[in-house]
Amino acid sequence: MTAPTPAGTAVETVELQSAPREGSGRAALVWRRFRRNKMAMVGLVGLVLLFAFAFLGPLLTHWSPADIDLINTQSGPTGDHFFGTDDVGHDMFAQTVNGMQKSLIIGLLVALLSTGSAGLLGTAAAYFGGWWEKVIVWLTDLFLVVPSLLMLIILSPYFQGANWLVLVPMIALFSWMITSRVVRGMTLTIREREFVRAARYMGVPAWTIIRRHIIPNISSILIVDFTLNVGAAIVTESFLSFLGFGIRSPNVSLGTVINDGAQFASTDQWYLFVFPASVLVLIILCVNFIGDGLRDALDPNSTGASAR
Amino acid sequence: MGAFIVRRLLNYVVLVFVATSLAYLGASTAFHPKDMYLQKNPPTKPVVMYQELNERNENPEKPVFERYAHWVDGVAHGDFGKTWQLDSVNKHFSISVWVTVRLVSVAAVLSAILGILIGSFQAVRQYKFSDHAITFGSYIVFAMPVFVLAPLLKLIAVQVNKAVGGDTPFLQYQGEIDPNATGFFGQLFSRADHLLLPTISLTLGLIAFYSRYQRGQMLDVLGSDFLRTARAKGLTKGRAILKHGVRTAVIPVMTLVTYSTILTFAGAIITERVFGWNGLGSWFTDATNHSDVNSVAVITLFSAVLVLIAGMLSDVITALLDPRVRL
Repeated sequence: MTAPTPAGTAVETVELQSAPREGSGRAALVWRRFRRNKMAMVGLVGLVLLFAFAFLGPLLTHWSPADIDLINTQSGPTGDHFFGTDDVGHDMFAQTVNGMQKSLIIGLLVALLSTGSAGLLGTAAAYFGGWWEKVIVWLTDLFLVVPSLLMLIILSPYFQGANWLVLVPMIALFSWMITSRVVRGMTLTIREREFVRAARYMGVPAWTIIRRHIIPNISSILIVDFTLNVGAAIVTESFLSFLGFGIRSPNVSLGTVINDGAQFASTDQWYLFVFPASVLVLIILCVNFIGDGLRDALDPNSTGASAR
Repeated sequence: MGAFIVRRLLNYVVLVFVATSLAYLGASTAFHPKDMYLQKNPPTKPVVMYQELNERNENPEKPVFERYAHWVDGVAHGDFGKTWQLDSVNKHFSISVWVTVRLVSVAAVLSAILGILIGSFQAVRQYKFSDHAITFGSYIVFAMPVFVLAPLLKLIAVQVNKAVGGDTPFLQYQGEIDPNATGFFGQLFSRADHLLLPTISLTLGLIAFYSRYQRGQMLDVLGSDFLRTARAKGLTKGRAILKHGVRTAVIPVMTLVTYSTILTFAGAIITERVFGWNGLGSWFTDATNHSDVNSVAVITLFSAVLVLIAGMLSDVITALLDPRVRL
């Protein structure tokens, strides 16, 4: 934990060097290390393909998610209905692709919001100390004790009638705590380092120090956390929608499509479940591969000894 | 030390209180139990409706904080109010909680044992084919949320049943026990059969999680001096690894096991729903669908307490297992 990261030593010694050049040099290094990792590259390419599939997929079919094909209800996968139709005649391919779009957007936005606020709260708590720290730490503990998934279900009536994007702040609200704790721990040690002290004595404003010196030094954990949060958020959203507390019709997400299909898992129409479920598994698999690859690329000390 | 523990406990109690209060107030403002009555067909008479709402302490005409105060008062006296069917929450809880316990307990023990064994095995045979295969498998499992895994198990069960044939299905996936099962062993077998698939759905993720962690810990330990010393003193490799390696590596994993086990109690919602077990998870989703504040509040309280017990327990277990830690 206390071992100096490459970024740390760089910032420490070359105070005057311009930030972008240092950043791009490091980015190139990380990218080189990342590219060497086969699984991570598979994950990256896979995720790009999945994104393309989610947003270009609608062009492949003339069905839209709301369309009902009354002639071909309960049809298996055919040339017209790639993933088959349910008992009403919804085209499952259109529904899956549309659900993917929403799930991916929610995943990215939630990760951005929760990692962002975790970084902000964690650094602020550690850097300012005193009452700030007391309040933030207590809030973090409180949110950890509150069962997040249960709370999301309890609050679900609030977002049932609303725009589906309401889910983004709701899920983010319950997924920042652990990162915030880790960030606080790391900031506590960085705060005492010479380059931070020097900046403070030179009268650099607190937020500038946090932005210029502390955030870059914890960027690795934030980046990894962001990637893993994308997967976690997609799962959380699907979980809620699966139970009927998230996205509601006429909107679809992967969770709703999987839930609709799951009822048929034990029937001859198993394909209604298998296709959307596989898509979800693939997304999370890719995201996890990328996260692991980034972790290894960003942390020179990690040699697979870390958990997960 | 004593003062520290007391202070920590006190902080915990405050946290649980605030968390549960938030859940209660959140549910009270988000739920609209009155609408449930108005949607009924034929509609309930207003007099009856208000009588029932009052009995549930959910009359929307009363200010939220008045209802909340009433609820806190009841909880302080051990009364958690009425469910949406006007049953006692206490009674409902004492039934549901045991359903969940029966569902989770086997899974908890099994996943801990298997996870630790598999992780240790992987570490000992690092970078061999088995290690890679298991690692790959755990990646798949990590990518498979319970709401995918559980229906998938059902799907497999149906195919297996078809293949096996016979009058009674070979693999059961609905409920806790076959009501027609007779005799002690018949019932025992039926219970085990019904437990099989839900247990797999609960354990698979945990096994993958524990084994990853145990593997990492074990790799650290395998390179350590004390293991080399034990070998140098004449212990066979297997005994040295078991007695000194696994035992040391397992200590941090046990913290994880305590946490996850206890959190599984609160989080078996999907498994309960997919396999038709009427435990706490099913109750929670039903209660939300019926705008039942009291039931939701008691389950939140229960989970919050569990999280804190997990925290305490994991400390105690670390202290018990690790001779270096002194309380």
